[in-house]
Amino acid sequence: MRGLIGEDILTEEGEFIINMGPQHPSTHGVLHLKIWLDGETVKRIQPNLGYIHRSIEKMSESLSYRNFIFATSRMDYLAAHVNNEACALTVEKGLQLEVPQRAKVIRTILSELTRLQSHQLWWGCTGLDLGGVTPFFYAFREREAIMEIFEETCGARLTQNYMVPGGIMYDVHPNFQKRVKDVMIQIKGKFEEYDNIMTGNVILENRLKGVGYLSKEDALSYGVTGPTARASGLSCDLRKSNPYSAYDQVQFDEILDTGGDCYARYMVRMREMRQSVSIIEQLIDNIPEGDFQAKTKNVIKLPKGEFYQRVETPRGELGVFIVSDGAASPYRIKYRSPGFSNLSALPIMAKGGKIGDLVAIMATIDLVIPDIDR
Amino acid sequence: MRIFLSYSFSALATFIHSFLAGLISNGMFLLVTEMVITGVSLIVFLVLLCFFLGYMERRVAAFMEIRLGPNRVGPQGTLQIVADTVKLLFKEGLTPDSSDKFLFNLAPFIMVVASMLVVAPIAFAKDFQLYDINIGVLYVSAVSSISVIGILMAGWSSNNKYSLLGAMRSGAQIVSYELSVGLSLISIVILSGSLSLGDIVKSQENGWWIIKGHIPIIISFVIFVIASTAEINRAPFDLAEADQELTGGFHTEYAGMKFAMFLLSEYINLFVVSAIAATLFLGGWMPFHIGGLVSFNHIMDYIPSSLWFFGKTFLVIFIIMWFRWTFPRLRVDQLLTLEWKYLLPISMVNVIFVTVMAIMGWHL
Repeated sequence: MRGLIGEDILTEEGEFIINMGPQHPSTHGVLHLKIWLDGETVKRIQPNLGYIHRSIEKMSESLSYRNFIFATSRMDYLAAHVNNEACALTVEKGLQLEVPQRAKVIRTILSELTRLQSHQLWWGCTGLDLGGVTPFFYAFREREAIMEIFEETCGARLTQNYMVPGGIMYDVHPNFQKRVKDVMIQIKGKFEEYDNIMTGNVILENRLKGVGYLSKEDALSYGVTGPTARASGLSCDLRKSNPYSAYDQVQFDEILDTGGDCYARYMVRMREMRQSVSIIEQLIDNIPEGDFQAKTKNVIKLPKGEFYQRVETPRGELGVFIVSDGAASPYRIKYRSPGFSNLSALPIMAKGGKIGDLVAIMATIDLVIPDIDR
Repeated sequence: MRIFLSYSFSALATFIHSFLAGLISNGMFLLVTEMVITGVSLIVFLVLLCFFLGYMERRVAAFMEIRLGPNRVGPQGTLQIVADTVKLLFKEGLTPDSSDKFLFNLAPFIMVVASMLVVAPIAFAKDFQLYDINIGVLYVSAVSSISVIGILMAGWSSNNKYSLLGAMRSGAQIVSYELSVGLSLISIVILSGSLSLGDIVKSQENGWWIIKGHIPIIISFVIFVIASTAEINRAPFDLAEADQELTGGFHTEYAGMKFAMFLLSEYINLFVVSAIAATLFLGGWMPFHIGGLVSFNHIMDYIPSSLWFFGKTFLVIFIIMWFRWTFPRLRVDQLLTLEWKYLLPISMVNVIFVTVMAIMGWHL
């Protein structure tokens, strides 16, 4: 088959190559996928990264232990609180610092609010990727209420930088409890609406069921974590298995599904939102009085050694690995981001599907590109 | 002068005709002048209609999506679409370097012309029809399928892989769904016994076909609405554009006014299929009549026939817009499965039912 300007547009094997991204509506950022197609069927995918590399890890080596946290808000920008928390927890681990109970509970509430708003954005974007624009606006209605809580609590909506080594930066706003309770009541009433417009839709079920299958073994061997892995039946919720902050004080279920397809991933996230609401409701009335921050020295210096802490972000397991040589800034930092490992499983999930399936798979593994490409 | 025989505003038409006849003595030249006047007024009408449809789509979308929609430019935002058109007019109509320039520039015109041609046999009001061609239904289904040539032309000549994929999808889609559209049209033709749209409307004097035709015609109507939504490439069947998959499909490379032409033809197509649905199934301009209730029928007759026609048409348009803003998109293989495995067999069986009904005279 020849193109208009004469060159052969097919490869020698008869494949049709298209480049999806780095500017593409459904890659949610600057991800570049090189796709080998046979008609509409995807034969092979090669993800290319590097379009939004900011060298956050290298940059952190010249920042103090207070300042390097700020850069992590720019990694997974939908879960800035959780990223900050992961770094703060690692530094606290190095200092062997006991965080006040009040800070722990507030951290947990904010992390779960973060998870809720991240899943809501994911839900809206999934609708958008599958061609339905309306869910996006429904999702943003409730997400906006959560963003307003963030704004009132710490002045920022996206890059919060609120969790610091030792606790939280400032105490919460006096309205915090009331607003969170109001928002929880609002959101609980809207879950049914979400299900009505998307979950029960026969077109949506056809688009997602049996698409992008990821087996439990593959999920394990590719290091897939978070809702994506739990949808394949892999139990990996760090909030359950390695509780941090106040997760050991609350009752909640780890959502597991055995489907392994896009629909299972969709349902896991939908059910996780309900669990997050339940966690917040258990904690919001029980915020203990007391300090919101433990006393730390002005210049934090970690003892010589290696420190690792992992947390459960809305997308999976975020690990922070700090190597310290005893100085005021880390010797080496490595982040284990959930998106990178989840993306690595995309080629096996998308193989043999259609282009439309590829978009559905990318939507349901919930990629955030600045998290993959730090 | 066949064109003017069935005008509703026949007094006005006769006046214009005699006025022009006074000026122009040559019969052939007179005919051409009148045709040009008719054509220009039709184009102006359709463009204004598309402005309204664009506005309506935005407001309907906003209503579905809990937001306000355009409400700043002009009263209630009605002039927003004019502002957008001016913007599109001033944008550079880019032609890619490696495209086939002739076909690339021709494609939008084919799309618009194909969709405008279909308007000819539609009866807008009582005795208000451009041309009551005696094979109206056949004409409509034949001319409306020309638009696929425009789409294929646009997709191929852009020399863009996304455009090509979009055009390929669209070719398969439109050709398939035409079968279901045709079969649902045939069921009405069987019952009314005529291909002329004027006669079909007249056959619904004592009740619309959707009421008289019982369940088989309701099935035909549903199939017609689904299949024609697919045929005019609107969501949830907008696979040819599929902006999340193909970044814009066959019109990825188009900008400015050339892009606006595709938009224009999309909205004209939307109007045309809704008008056909209204004419064939919902009685066209025919008021709501119940056989036997003379006084009730008289009250209904007081409502102008054009109001009936546009009311029904916009009802169907609203339903099609409702689809777009509440459904996700189908995948390409599911789209073809829906047509070949569900809609087509159902329509075929349905046509048999309708035929039996027509022979036995079970319809009212």
